Amino acid sequence: MVVKVIGPPNASSCRKVLVCLMEKEVEFEIIPIDLFKGEQKSPEFLKLQPFGVVPVIQDGDYTLYESRAIMRYYSEKYKSQGTDLLGKTLEEKGLVEQWLETEGQNYHPPIFNLHLQFHHRLGLPIDDKIVKESEEKLEKVLDIYEERLSKSKYLAGEFFSLADLSHIPLTHYLVTDIGKAYMIRNRKHVSVWWDDITSRASWKKVLQL
Amino acid sequence: MNLTLFKGGEPLVKRTIFFFLLSICFSPVIYKLLPDPIHTSSMALKLYGIPMSTCTARVLACTYEKNIEVQLVPVTLAAGEHKQPSFLAKNPFGVIPVLEDGDLTLFESRAITAYLSKKYKEQGEDLLRLKGGNLKEEAMVGLWLEVESQQYSPAITPILYEHFFAPRRGKIPNQKVIEDGLVKFEKVLDVYESRLSQSKYLAGDFYSLADLHHLSFTLYLMRSPWASLISSRPHVNAWWECISSRPASQKVIQGMTPAEK
Repeated sequence: MVVKVIGPPNASSCRKVLVCLMEKEVEFEIIPIDLFKGEQKSPEFLKLQPFGVVPVIQDGDYTLYESRAIMRYYSEKYKSQGTDLLGKTLEEKGLVEQWLETEGQNYHPPIFNLHLQFHHRLGLPIDDKIVKESEEKLEKVLDIYEERLSKSKYLAGEFFSLADLSHIPLTHYLVTDIGKAYMIRNRKHVSVWWDDITSRASWKKVLQL
Repeated sequence: MNLTLFKGGEPLVKRTIFFFLLSICFSPVIYKLLPDPIHTSSMALKLYGIPMSTCTARVLACTYEKNIEVQLVPVTLAAGEHKQPSFLAKNPFGVIPVLEDGDLTLFESRAITAYLSKKYKEQGEDLLRLKGGNLKEEAMVGLWLEVESQQYSPAITPILYEHFFAPRRGKIPNQKVIEDGLVKFEKVLDVYESRLSQSKYLAGDFYSLADLHHLSFTLYLMRSPWASLISSRPHVNAWWECISSRPASQKVIQGMTPAEK
């Protein structure tokens, strides 16, 4: 049975899940949703995801939402195939969780705000105050990442994990649509890390979907 | 002193042994002859933080539920201890809590609770549903952990910040932030009301880490002018009554209650 991923294939939260499924060699099918038509607020969708956001997965009878929960589930379910995204020892798993939480709590909020400001389809006037505050917060987080990545190849250690993966889609927006590649390129170790994680075949394929 | 060692012994022998051991405890001469105690602090779990902090309380709740002993090392926030180089070396984000377990240092309260729930899965409450090997139950816990992290806490935090913490920093609470926050938060609570009308706890009919993560912020809400957001929703209210009355939760709540003068 093929996993159904419900959501637009180019939405950042959906891309996270798609990269994860590819890394784990899990077959999937995308059921697109048009966010601009508000399909995520339809009664049928809200039955699957009551918060009205994407993605949701359906795996036979089984439904799951929240991108990080979906990634953790499939990384655990298929731990013996594909890339090990969780870490092997308890300590490694602890560090993966630490940096995945860091992404969720510290990196995601400012970069998501920037993404909303610069989203070409939302067409809203840019709020300079939000942009300035978000940039400042993001720069502080990236300074911490620069320090961390000067000591280890990936965030949780010497292995690619969910923690690194979770950063890819929105950071891609940062360096393209948002036009702030300098935030990555000005930081030597972050830059090397970025080139490494975006050179993975899974990400390249997801970009083409 | 473990008196079970003496069970079944003759009364006179018991008394003799008892007083002998007592004399060792109180004898300075004997103390000098005893080897120095083995330095065990490197083996104990250390948690840097304070019981009043919502995020430290989240980790403490987990340790109480799982009967895990930790040494709580207070951090003097008022003196800016958390921004000093020695603390930043543990958590570069300069916030509490931080866990030290031998060589491993972990920050982010939700990563710490996940780690402890896995390491000590065999004892206390099975907060991540690991013992039964039911991956789908584990995934439901994972889902509601994310909902707390991505929906509930981001909605509740600005309200609590403006009401409780802005005044401490000499600022007037921003009413617009509070009003906008309440609209958003009520929508989230409506989803919770619906969910909890179908299952006793968030991830199913079992208490889990997902429920536990809500304790400390919700406690603040119950102490705010907006406690009725919870009490007016019968299923959310019943859930709150249930999770907050657990002995481990009561202990956390006590720690978050300033001592009366």
